[in-house]
Amino acid sequence: MRKRKTNIFAGIDWILVLFYIVLVFFGWVNIYSTTVGQNDTSIFDFSTLAGKHLQKMIFGFALIIIILSIDSKFYERFAGIIYITTLVLLVGLFIFGSNINGATSWYNFGGISLQPSEFAKAGTVLALANFINDPVKDLSNLKSQLNAFLIVLLPAILIVLQPDAGSALIYFSLLVVLYREGLPAYYLVISFMAIILFILTLYVGFTVSLLIIYAILTLFFVYIINFKKFPFKREWYKIAALYFFIGLFVFSVDYVYNNVFEQRHRDRFSILLGKTTDTKGIGYNTHQSMLTIGSGGLTGKGFLEGDRTQGNFVPEQHTDYIFSTVGEEWGFLGSSAVIIIFVAFLLRLIQMAERQKSTFSRVFGYSTAAIFFFHFMINIGMVIGLLPTIGIPLPFFSYGGSSLWGFTILLFIFIRLDADRTYEW
Amino acid sequence: MERKHIAYFSILLIGILFIMRLFYLQVIATKYKPSPFNNSAIAVKYDYPERGFIYDRNNILLVANQPSYDIMVIPRDVRPLDTLEFCSLLKISKEQFIKEYKRAEKYSPRIPSVFLAQLSKSNYAYLQEKMHKFKGFYIQKRSLREYPINSAANVLGYIGEVNNELIKKNSYYQQGELIGINGVEKKYEEALRGVKGVKFIQRNRFNKEIGPYKNGSYDTLATIGKDITLSLDIELQQYGEALMANKRGGIVAIEPSTGEILSLVSMPNYNPNLLVGRERSKNYTKMHYDEFNQPLLDRSLKAQYPPGSPFKIINALIGLQEQVILPESSFYCYGGFKYGRSVKAFMKCHCGVYGSPIKLDRGIYNSCNAYFANTYKRIIEKYPTSAEGMKKWSDHVKSFGLGNFLNNDLSSGNRGLVPDDAYYNRFYPNFKWGASTTISNSIGQGEVLTTPIQLANMTAAIANRGFYFTPHIIKKIDNKSIQIDVFTKPKKTTIDPKHFEPIVEGLFNVFEKGTARGSRVKGIEICGKTGTAENFTSVNGNRVQFTDHSIFIAFAPKDDPKIAIAVFVENGYWGARWAGPIATLMIEKYLNGDTNRPWLEQRMFEGSLQDEYDKQLLIQQQLAQKED
Repeated sequence: MRKRKTNIFAGIDWILVLFYIVLVFFGWVNIYSTTVGQNDTSIFDFSTLAGKHLQKMIFGFALIIIILSIDSKFYERFAGIIYITTLVLLVGLFIFGSNINGATSWYNFGGISLQPSEFAKAGTVLALANFINDPVKDLSNLKSQLNAFLIVLLPAILIVLQPDAGSALIYFSLLVVLYREGLPAYYLVISFMAIILFILTLYVGFTVSLLIIYAILTLFFVYIINFKKFPFKREWYKIAALYFFIGLFVFSVDYVYNNVFEQRHRDRFSILLGKTTDTKGIGYNTHQSMLTIGSGGLTGKGFLEGDRTQGNFVPEQHTDYIFSTVGEEWGFLGSSAVIIIFVAFLLRLIQMAERQKSTFSRVFGYSTAAIFFFHFMINIGMVIGLLPTIGIPLPFFSYGGSSLWGFTILLFIFIRLDADRTYEW
Repeated sequence: MERKHIAYFSILLIGILFIMRLFYLQVIATKYKPSPFNNSAIAVKYDYPERGFIYDRNNILLVANQPSYDIMVIPRDVRPLDTLEFCSLLKISKEQFIKEYKRAEKYSPRIPSVFLAQLSKSNYAYLQEKMHKFKGFYIQKRSLREYPINSAANVLGYIGEVNNELIKKNSYYQQGELIGINGVEKKYEEALRGVKGVKFIQRNRFNKEIGPYKNGSYDTLATIGKDITLSLDIELQQYGEALMANKRGGIVAIEPSTGEILSLVSMPNYNPNLLVGRERSKNYTKMHYDEFNQPLLDRSLKAQYPPGSPFKIINALIGLQEQVILPESSFYCYGGFKYGRSVKAFMKCHCGVYGSPIKLDRGIYNSCNAYFANTYKRIIEKYPTSAEGMKKWSDHVKSFGLGNFLNNDLSSGNRGLVPDDAYYNRFYPNFKWGASTTISNSIGQGEVLTTPIQLANMTAAIANRGFYFTPHIIKKIDNKSIQIDVFTKPKKTTIDPKHFEPIVEGLFNVFEKGTARGSRVKGIEICGKTGTAENFTSVNGNRVQFTDHSIFIAFAPKDDPKIAIAVFVENGYWGARWAGPIATLMIEKYLNGDTNRPWLEQRMFEGSLQDEYDKQLLIQQQLAQKED
């Protein structure tokens, strides 16, 4: 029988908590600069966005206490129920949710807004961890693979239907976790190559892309057959199938791009791939963001002194584009520092995940790291102009209760699990 | 454990990639670098150069500058101030202060906007000393225009504040800056305005100016505006405006050998000094809504009228060119011309030559409708189909610069109308049309529409015996003659020069023996043509006829002409009554410097057609009311 802990703080990884506090606080500092700026109001004025965010941070601290107080076992036992609950919340959006900016992503009740997709991340991770934890399930057999995919895809599809394709993208980060837990490598390789093919097809078009791929493949096979003397004669139908499926894929990419994607999506890709430059219309956000970051120079313009931020040049600057404020006001030194802190944070997470004794905790840790990593990579990539505009927040920096709490919950459940790692289950 | 290494590796890789990208954006790439325009610690001050002066062809000053002072505000630099004192200094109310301040704030907290425009000079001197007390406000000096001569407002145009649309399109302009809106001011805006200078001034944390930014290395000096010389002869212009007093219409005088516009009169007009400074808006609105007089309308450029008898000349020229008539060809006139089978198909003629053969010469100087109706019919019917004939005719007419914009440097105009086969096909889709249907074109009364400047240009083409230069108002920019091909290369008409001689003789005889006998000038050989255009206006869909318009075209001297002129007087009864005398007086004044017929001059100065205009207006209003 395990001893009941009296101190909820025992065993906690304080390094991770420190990262959390630093990131959240610095995030708030930048939100303050973006939203309040040089206006003469008190720092703690709760009617400003910065003040509101401060309120949410305080509530976040309350959440932390609650999460840490709950027994680790609870999370494992109730993983399934929590997951189902988040799915229900997602479905409920279509009935009770409000339609903002063309997407039904929010519940608005009595002045409080909640975005279920942010909480669904924690729910999905719990369910996934629980699933993999089961020793019967083995990711090298198809049935388990399909089950795992289902757990990840269900919430993803519900989110895509809102529509909010950007948020759904995050769930593909869990594919990496599955790989770590035994999913055969070829899934990853195929996904990676699919992405390459996708970009290639968009860039040069259906026919050229297909020609290039076929040329490469043919050269590859010719080389193998002639020089490595690989007997493919019996396997020729597999090669033919390969050609066929690749052709099908390239064709479907082209089809989806031109017939399913809306013009604005196509435009974003065009700008990213450099096919068109449009700094006034679709590419405006990215262009303004890059100008803002670039204008920071080496050391930045100083806190509250970023005139592009103060001048409101970048749209959505307190949410998706918050990193541009960092770039302008804190310069290369400041923004690199933030990158380094995030990287260290992520590495720490992985390290901690590796040291877990139970599969549940390990998978949870990896998933948490994967989700944070994807957010970090896509958001900052977008803000510095390496990726198209994909609307997802930067963890702990972007303004918003749901995203802050969602990440906090995810992180601190893991901290709780980690704190109990020395206990045998 | 290889899988976990991949995780570490990817995270580090992305991190490094991002840092490299940041390095590129923030340290290397120059287009993202901070510039003094983007930096809030730097104040940008503009230095506006003197706008170029405008002179007439004899170097008489038409437009000069006078200084004007605006109070500008940058809202976020404004610190608490004594608003009571400020308002009393500016002579505005507190409510106005708040209203203007809010407006500026809404426009932008950082970009300067005009708080109060055009202080009076006395106000400026007093205020200038006290401005340091009012942080965030400063005085910006600008140039307003000054018009020493009250004339040619329609040609000169005016300047005013640039509007937001233009600011978005052209990044040179900022809110509150002045730009040419109309006339020469607009067409030659870039030459006249020069280039404004920019000064960057460093500011410290407390927004106090501490000196030039980077030692002025980003600063640029202003380039002064260029003066321009117009082809206008202002004495002639003023004379024309005086002759047209209390009448409506236009006078256009061109130098045929260059296409330079000597005079461009449109009456009623206005004093150009009315559209200067603070009063401009108010005065403009008043004139804009004056529907009876329409002083802002440049009739010489925009008014479209049927040309009347002067157009007969074109038909004659086309007739000679198409070889359907010779100078010796003659026609008979029995009080008019029968153009169709029905009794009503008869076009009246008042030439007075009943029953005798009329040749080209007499046809012109007695202005016989029948002669030209015959000629026109022959032209159209020369070809197998009316459509072909009409097309040929139309092309000839258009080669005189009619039926389309002249593409010159005047800031407004109208196409006029020269019908062709396509036009009539549209108009009569189910009807077989021909010369008879369109016979009114022969006497300049049908579908043809011209503007006074087009008529003057046509006259210049005749004076030159077959070619013209696009009429233009500019003579020199920055004291150098213009080199613009469009204005300096001649445009040929489709009529051989040899056909012009008999026509010119006829036009000369208009004065010797014909309809303009009473307007002869001793010592000058003038060639011209009277015109009487019917005046139809549409009231509630009905065509109502009012008093005829008086038209006259002329050029002089007959050989080596120096001036080609078109005069148009609305409701002037007939050509020789008003337009003729005015045209000859203008010619006399231009060629001789003075006139020998003071009694005629006096009659023109004092003549008023205001009664006619009131009468027309009254009838129009009554008819409009009747329908209701």
